[in-house]
Amino acid sequence: MIPASEPILVGEMLRRHGIGRRGFIKFCMAAASAMAMPPGMGMAMARQLRDAPRPCVIYLSFQECTGCLESFTRSFAPTMEQLIFNVISLDYDETLMAAAGTAAEAAAAKAMKDNFGKYVLVVDGSVPTGAGGGYCAIGGRAAADTLREAAAGAAVVVCVGTCSAYGGIPYAHPNPTEAWPVSAIVGDRPIINVPGCPPVPEVITGTLLQYVTTGQLPDLDEQSRPIFFFGNTIHDRCYRRPFYDQGKFAKTFDDEGARSGWCLFELGCKGPTTYNACATVKWNGAASFPIESGHGCIGCAEPGFWDKGSLYTPQSGAVWGRAGEAGLRPVLEVGGGALLAGAALGVVSAGVSRLRQGRSEHEVRAGADAVPEKGA
Amino acid sequence: MDLLAFARGPAFWGALAVFVAGAVWRIASIALLRIRRDWSRPRRGLLAMAGRGFLATLTRSYPHREFIGRTGAGEALGYSYHLGLFTVVLLFAPHIAFLGSLLGFTWPALPSSLVTVISVLTIGLFLAVLFRRVTSPVMRLLSNFDDYFSWFVNMLVMVTGIATTAHLGARYETLLAVHILSVDLLLLWFPFGKLMHAFYIFPSRAINGAVLARKGAAS
Repeated sequence: MIPASEPILVGEMLRRHGIGRRGFIKFCMAAASAMAMPPGMGMAMARQLRDAPRPCVIYLSFQECTGCLESFTRSFAPTMEQLIFNVISLDYDETLMAAAGTAAEAAAAKAMKDNFGKYVLVVDGSVPTGAGGGYCAIGGRAAADTLREAAAGAAVVVCVGTCSAYGGIPYAHPNPTEAWPVSAIVGDRPIINVPGCPPVPEVITGTLLQYVTTGQLPDLDEQSRPIFFFGNTIHDRCYRRPFYDQGKFAKTFDDEGARSGWCLFELGCKGPTTYNACATVKWNGAASFPIESGHGCIGCAEPGFWDKGSLYTPQSGAVWGRAGEAGLRPVLEVGGGALLAGAALGVVSAGVSRLRQGRSEHEVRAGADAVPEKGA
Repeated sequence: MDLLAFARGPAFWGALAVFVAGAVWRIASIALLRIRRDWSRPRRGLLAMAGRGFLATLTRSYPHREFIGRTGAGEALGYSYHLGLFTVVLLFAPHIAFLGSLLGFTWPALPSSLVTVISVLTIGLFLAVLFRRVTSPVMRLLSNFDDYFSWFVNMLVMVTGIATTAHLGARYETLLAVHILSVDLLLLWFPFGKLMHAFYIFPSRAINGAVLARKGAAS
């Protein structure tokens, strides 16, 4: 790994590795294509990359499961190796450099000092603040303090994974560690959220590559997610969508419909409300994605997905309480109670009306009696 | 709690409770009213009255030849949009999934694209019904806030449903939440307006038929 302080350009670096012009342009075109950029952007990316110094990247991991980093390492286009050896200078990664101990900490401090205001800060995991930050401390320092210090000199903060973007599972009820998403701690730096549990590998590398090559934030949605990856719902791009349109649904995970690849909507698929690139970019070199493997989307790229009720309740289904399950019990409870209340009201109303009816009939009879008979 | 969770959760259950309580209240308060005693000698027995009452629900549900010129178009409009409504509500897959989550069973759905076409046609019929109400002097005279608001809440449900299906104007989850909230509004209004005809229409026809049968009159 070449330190960030060395003023080496990406183009020069690629030449040293024996990567020719054709291979380099193919790489850029593939990356641009993955981000749904127009073909011209591939060439623009190549020009920009060739003359650009490798930007410094600091990667911090807090309260997380390392699934995001595992996903990152499985990117195919571009691969993580291509990124960290040729395009960026990964000067610090707590997980990958754990064995280096204080040397790694020193490298991080130096890189942040040398590149103050210019480096990319990548964060995965939520930030616990309970117990004085004691739930997650690295090198004797609380995660929140490390994050604040690192974010102060960052050009941009890229939150990789739902935990850093929205708090994720640690943030879910009852949130025992008082965890927060990065945006709650770092309010004054530009933030790009790349959510998912974990995020699609190419979405992580593609987002980083986009920023590194253009030097600008991508177009973001209201959740600060890059629109080129999070602009469509999984439902809109799902290969099972035609079955939804035909009204063909799997009722259980092993019925004929499931085996025939019918829509998983009724099994609780969250595709209609989940914005992510799973259905287009897919996983493991575009081999498959969860819906293709027979399980509905669980909506892991959306805020608060863990607290939104059952993963198996259909999107249009009613939800009942925190657990989210509806069904006959709440229908009977609510409907039965309302039915009794309505019946009681009806009896009272009818009673009042009967009294009035009785009075008016009495008045009619009295009036009739008062009319003198003919000839009287 | 986001808007969708609110719409599907507390708002829906609250509206459902008001709907059930309100509907039962109105039905019970009418059903328990005192029936004025008819001192005349009955021309038919109880069984015949019940049969005539049932027949009246059928014979009063289609236009009679004498009036078809005047009422045929209105009845055709009415039947068409009711049919459209029932098709959309009961045979659209997401609706079946919703009802299934409450009832515990489901039934086959129509293709979503076909339901979308029927929805658009039904919205057209809704507009035609409103046009007829506004342009006909007699209908206008008979109409009040209840008629227009009942039309509005139905139309709102239809339009937000189409927008949700077609992803028009906002993100899917927002549109879905607005659609469910519009259904919640419909449930809240239902027992207190003319939408209650859904519960009254057939019993009232049956009772009229039975009363007329008792008097020996045709219904």
